[in-house]
Amino acid sequence: MKNRLHKNPWRHLRERLIESVLFLAAFSAVLITLSIVVILLYESMSFFGHVSIVEFLTSTVWTPLFEDAHYGVLPLVAGTLVTSAVALLVAIPIGTIIAIYLSEFAPHHVREIVKPFLELLASVPTVVYGYFALMIVTPLLQIVMPELNGFNMLGPGIVIGIMIVPYVSSLSEDAMRAVPMSLREGSYAMGATRFQTAIKVVTPSAISGIVAAYILGMSRAIGETMVVAIAAGQQPNFTWDPRESAATITAYIVQVALGDLPHGSIGYQSIFAVGLVLFLMTLAFNILGHMARQRFREVY
Amino acid sequence: MTTNIKERTTPSLKAEVKNLNFFYGKVQALKNINMPIAEKQVTALIGPSGCGKSTFLRCFNRMHDLYPGNRYEGEIILHPEDTNIVSRHVDPMEVRMRISMVFQKPNPFPKSIYENVAYGLRVRGMRNKQEIDGKVEEALRGAALWNEVKDRLKDLAFNLSGGQQQRLCIARALAIDPEIVLFDEPTSALDPIATGSIEALVSELKEKVTILIVTHNMQQAARVSDYTAFMYMGDLVEFGGTDTMFINPTDKRTEDYITGRFS
Amino acid sequence: MATPQNSKKLRSLIRRLKFNDYVFSLVGLVCMMLGIITLIALFTNLLLDGMERLHYDFFTSFPSRRAGEAGILSAWVGSTLVMLVTAIVAIPLGVAAAVYLEEYAPKNLLTAIIEINVSNLAGVPSIVYGLLALGLFVYQLDLGQSILSAGLTLALLILPIVIVATRESLRTIPREIREAAYALGATRWQVVSDHVIPYAKGGILTGVIIGLARAIGETAPIITIGALTFIAFLPPAPFSGDPPAGLFDWLQAPFTVLPIQMFNWVSRPEEAFLINAAATGVVIIVGTLAMNALAIYLRYRIRKNIKW
Repeated sequence: MKNRLHKNPWRHLRERLIESVLFLAAFSAVLITLSIVVILLYESMSFFGHVSIVEFLTSTVWTPLFEDAHYGVLPLVAGTLVTSAVALLVAIPIGTIIAIYLSEFAPHHVREIVKPFLELLASVPTVVYGYFALMIVTPLLQIVMPELNGFNMLGPGIVIGIMIVPYVSSLSEDAMRAVPMSLREGSYAMGATRFQTAIKVVTPSAISGIVAAYILGMSRAIGETMVVAIAAGQQPNFTWDPRESAATITAYIVQVALGDLPHGSIGYQSIFAVGLVLFLMTLAFNILGHMARQRFREVY
Repeated sequence: MTTNIKERTTPSLKAEVKNLNFFYGKVQALKNINMPIAEKQVTALIGPSGCGKSTFLRCFNRMHDLYPGNRYEGEIILHPEDTNIVSRHVDPMEVRMRISMVFQKPNPFPKSIYENVAYGLRVRGMRNKQEIDGKVEEALRGAALWNEVKDRLKDLAFNLSGGQQQRLCIARALAIDPEIVLFDEPTSALDPIATGSIEALVSELKEKVTILIVTHNMQQAARVSDYTAFMYMGDLVEFGGTDTMFINPTDKRTEDYITGRFS
Repeated sequence: MATPQNSKKLRSLIRRLKFNDYVFSLVGLVCMMLGIITLIALFTNLLLDGMERLHYDFFTSFPSRRAGEAGILSAWVGSTLVMLVTAIVAIPLGVAAAVYLEEYAPKNLLTAIIEINVSNLAGVPSIVYGLLALGLFVYQLDLGQSILSAGLTLALLILPIVIVATRESLRTIPREIREAAYALGATRWQVVSDHVIPYAKGGILTGVIIGLARAIGETAPIITIGALTFIAFLPPAPFSGDPPAGLFDWLQAPFTVLPIQMFNWVSRPEEAFLINAAATGVVIIVGTLAMNALAIYLRYRIRKNIKW
């Protein structure tokens, strides 16, 4: 009788083959990141062949498509930062309060109803939010501030803030729920109210998770495109005043893409150069946020 | 270290364990085990929690291979071919096709009763429906479950009671005509009546297959098994015929465990 | 010591603290309401603005210079076709990657690198995917400004979503089920394909739906590729041309999608086009919300059905 206990080579081969295919699928994530980096660098390098990096990083005039072209990226960066700052000013308080409420106060059925709603809020397409910013929020603001420009950074900033509230609140809430019950019990046992416990015990314990939520929210706000493209205007304008109109990095890319630029021209390459800046900014925030979350996980 | 292995007119051996050591990473869980496994008899493994009896059982069907960092040293020789089934050159899957396992908590698949029993056959490439039907009925009869489920083979296995689910798992293990069936504390999650029916089943099954059973319940070992092995902290302390071991244990540790001085 | 004065002070302190508690829960409720109200206001506003345009002919007309006659035919057909490509690419790729990471991958540096990349890609702005597509798909690989490029780009965009959702549903399957299958002599692939993936189907489907819902609303990457905004014709129907090349004509054709059509109309100052934009917004929102609601419902049903 043949000894049946030897390794069957065919079956082994088939299993190995399947495993390799699955591995390639997983490895594609690495390939995608590499492709992004390579493409951005490749086109940017051609760009920086014509434009000095110093001018790029320090000049405050961005008019790459004009006859008299200037290539200072700061107006775009300023526009991006200002809108994101407005967004965070909206999202951080509201998101944190919601998180504290859901984690420490809300009864179970309230959570079950509210969480899906927040998820739906996060799933509305950004172009619809852009419409909202232009047609509702800005006119409303103009009632309060009559001299407000039709295109400004305040309206879109507020809308982006509302858009990332679910994001900030769910990450913060996860961080708070991870705080062990025993800490809370210690606080309640001393006669503290829910509010006191939430503010004095839970939030400080969850702080690195909460900060991670803020940082990741910032990253999301920086990368937002359609809301600003529709409602913030498309004139690069180096200003820190949110009441003025300005262009963000993302809005500029959209503007160029809508036009008709020949492949290989400086205008075409400029979008990759600013895209690289955007990518590095969000990468930095993502890494910071990740590190904050890791620190949080280590504690618990 | 092993001590006294009782000499007996042993019936033929299905397997022999020779100098088996097992490591979870750097931790040694089994120390130099030597033990015979008699064919078509029930051998019970008893000992306090953490003594290594489940670890030992799982060596027989190479379950440890599923998780990284585990290492076997020594041999488990399977007869009649005299192959060492824990050798690196032996395919764990082939081992599992000849040695099956019933787990502590019944774990039927979320499929129908029929499909649960048939799965092992399908894995072997059996396709003929009549053949599968026949084997399924045979296995369910062997597990004393056929009469209860023959009219609802398409029902979800989850709808069975705990005891029935465990018998289903036994049927599943029997359908592939194994040479050894490993039982890992099969009744610890069941009520006393279900336990009784499983014990009766084990006693019947030994006419057809060799059985190795881990149990933390000494009375169960005394009721059901022909041979008993007492393990403690990774060592095989004593091995022998069940009656002799329980009435007249040789090692003091065995005696202490059996009389309940520690558990 | 509990003197009358002390007790009184204590009681008023407790009253004050409880009042703070109460105030905060009100504030919390208000904030949550803010979110819900915004959602409702958004949708109602769109509905009111765009209602007059929501007729049958809106869905069956092409865009036109005359706002009253302009419709979203080319846009929703384009969206559907792009979704098709996205699904065909993202589902196998995402599920396969998740299965590898969850069932096969050893704990080593390579696996860690892959996982870091997956979570990093989830945080990359969508417009950067557009740049990738422009540089790589449109020009380097010469796929053109086509449905194929758009579908591929969106597939990459939602890949992290599909991978994470699939991994989560694979994780819910208990170890004992896998062990039972292995103990019967199944190979790793048999365990995965006969048990793990079928039992996780529901969760995987939920993740895919959420990913596709996200993809429908994505504008930035598609603009960057160069979807045109004034398309007065339809791409050729899939598989309708003469084989073999004609079968895939539709992949190469110029196209537009719903969000871009809305963006285009919103950028025009004329009132009438804004109405069209609102109407398109309604269509998009109904579509996305319906898909998300479906996913949430499916997730609820599945949790009820399978009791581990």
